[in-house]
Amino acid sequence: MSIGEWVGRGLCSFTRFVTGLRPIWQAPLEQRQRIFIANHRSHGDFLTIWAALPIVMRRRTRPVAGADYWETSKVRRYLSYQVFNSVLIPRKPSRTDPNPIDLMGAALEKGDSLILFPEGTRNLGDELLPFKSGLYHIAKAFPQVEIIPVWIENLGRVMPKGVFIPVPLLCSVTFGEALHLLDGEDRQEFLDRCRQKLIDLAPSTQS
Amino acid sequence: MIDLNTQSLVLNTLTGSLIAIFGGLLAVLVVASSIGYVLARRARTESAQAVIANLNARTNAWWLMIAAIGIAIYLGELGVVLLFAFASFQALREFASLTYTRRGDHRALLWSFFVFLPLQYYLVSEKWYGLFTILIPVYGFLLLPISSSLGRDTTRFLERTAKVQWGLMICVYCISHIPALLMLDIAGYEGKSVLLLVFLVLVVQASDVFQYIWGKLFGKTKFSPAVSPSKSWEGLIGGWISSVALGASLYWITPFNVWEAALIALIINIMGFFGGYVLSAIKRDRGVKDWGSLIEGHGGMLDRVDSLSFSAPVFFHIVRFFWT
Repeated sequence: MSIGEWVGRGLCSFTRFVTGLRPIWQAPLEQRQRIFIANHRSHGDFLTIWAALPIVMRRRTRPVAGADYWETSKVRRYLSYQVFNSVLIPRKPSRTDPNPIDLMGAALEKGDSLILFPEGTRNLGDELLPFKSGLYHIAKAFPQVEIIPVWIENLGRVMPKGVFIPVPLLCSVTFGEALHLLDGEDRQEFLDRCRQKLIDLAPSTQS
Repeated sequence: MIDLNTQSLVLNTLTGSLIAIFGGLLAVLVVASSIGYVLARRARTESAQAVIANLNARTNAWWLMIAAIGIAIYLGELGVVLLFAFASFQALREFASLTYTRRGDHRALLWSFFVFLPLQYYLVSEKWYGLFTILIPVYGFLLLPISSSLGRDTTRFLERTAKVQWGLMICVYCISHIPALLMLDIAGYEGKSVLLLVFLVLVVQASDVFQYIWGKLFGKTKFSPAVSPSKSWEGLIGGWISSVALGASLYWITPFNVWEAALIALIINIMGFFGGYVLSAIKRDRGVKDWGSLIEGHGGMLDRVDSLSFSAPVFFHIVRFFWT
């Protein structure tokens, strides 16, 4: 095992320790190719999903993250490439940049699973932001890949944007049932349906 | 005659009393586990099996919790203080996790977890009674809203501030009155204060267990289904009578006589019951059954210590006022 993998394991153990992480599976866990879509409030979001997955699945489950953030320092590059094996995409691609959909598609073609935050950025408000359209294009190009909504509860409060000391609140991650693009479903309908399915997973203790 | 005297002499030492109490608990646990084992083999229907599985999970957790308290007492005062500091930490985590807070409360929560909680238990270990009683009700009360207000977010401000304060009071201030019993100096009872702690925890927790048993066997008339569906009048009365009897029979480990022990047991039973009841009301309001999932069969830490939280300060004050 490489050093990067050990670092990854260490980070997952640390996440579990700080958050008392409780995974809740609404559908049985199967080892197949998937796109996990989750709400996004904290840099640790991806780690909670990773820490909830068995180690064998972690290796082939890659986070999709913004290159503009994760390319900017040595530590971030190390984490992205050596530890998380991230798929880094330009969030506002210029003409010369590679197309984000192609980058995600390349990973899916290799058989990897993805962790995607379809809100596109860390959310500071109370309500889930509208989803970016990339999810629709991916779902259309890879109809065989299941889309699993994942609600991350409380992590945004443990470590909200811009703070450095985490509050030791208890977190849970709820994995919902698989979604697919339906026949004749248009882009907005599909994105709204996925968003609603994700909201439905939130515990009733939200407000 | 000589035999009786040596016997009472042994029982009157701290070690002798502790050995007697923990030996008794061990015997009760062995019996409970054996009964659970037999019931599990005899349960036929699915619902009966679920009830027995939960019963056995509870018994197993009691083994662990009694072992934890036993080890803490063996390690001495610091061990006891650290054990209850951990209980407070876990309870506060559970409380804050289910409470509505916003980004502006982050700093107030950090203060609660990393300053007020350790400081409160430091004061207990230093036996600094004056500051111990006012740290959270006065200084926490005044300083935490200042910290929250600097978050510059006024949405539901009073509610958020009140909830942080409430969590600290229940989970830290009230719970810290359990190890605070060690700071009481009672004439003729020097060095044995830890037995007061054993008396309090045993009577209050036994009351929960007795209420559970009486309720499961004879519970018909619901006490208040809207707040706590599992509490019944039969369980309540049976539990109180059993627990008061237990308290009276433990008078020899305390500075109380039999009647005083019974009366105090009754008072802490009533407070303990309403502790569980009030926290049930909060759980119902938040739409959850348990505070957490730390202790299998019991739920979270707060589900286990809610009754102690309400009874410990009252017990502390009764002993401090009448016996010191």
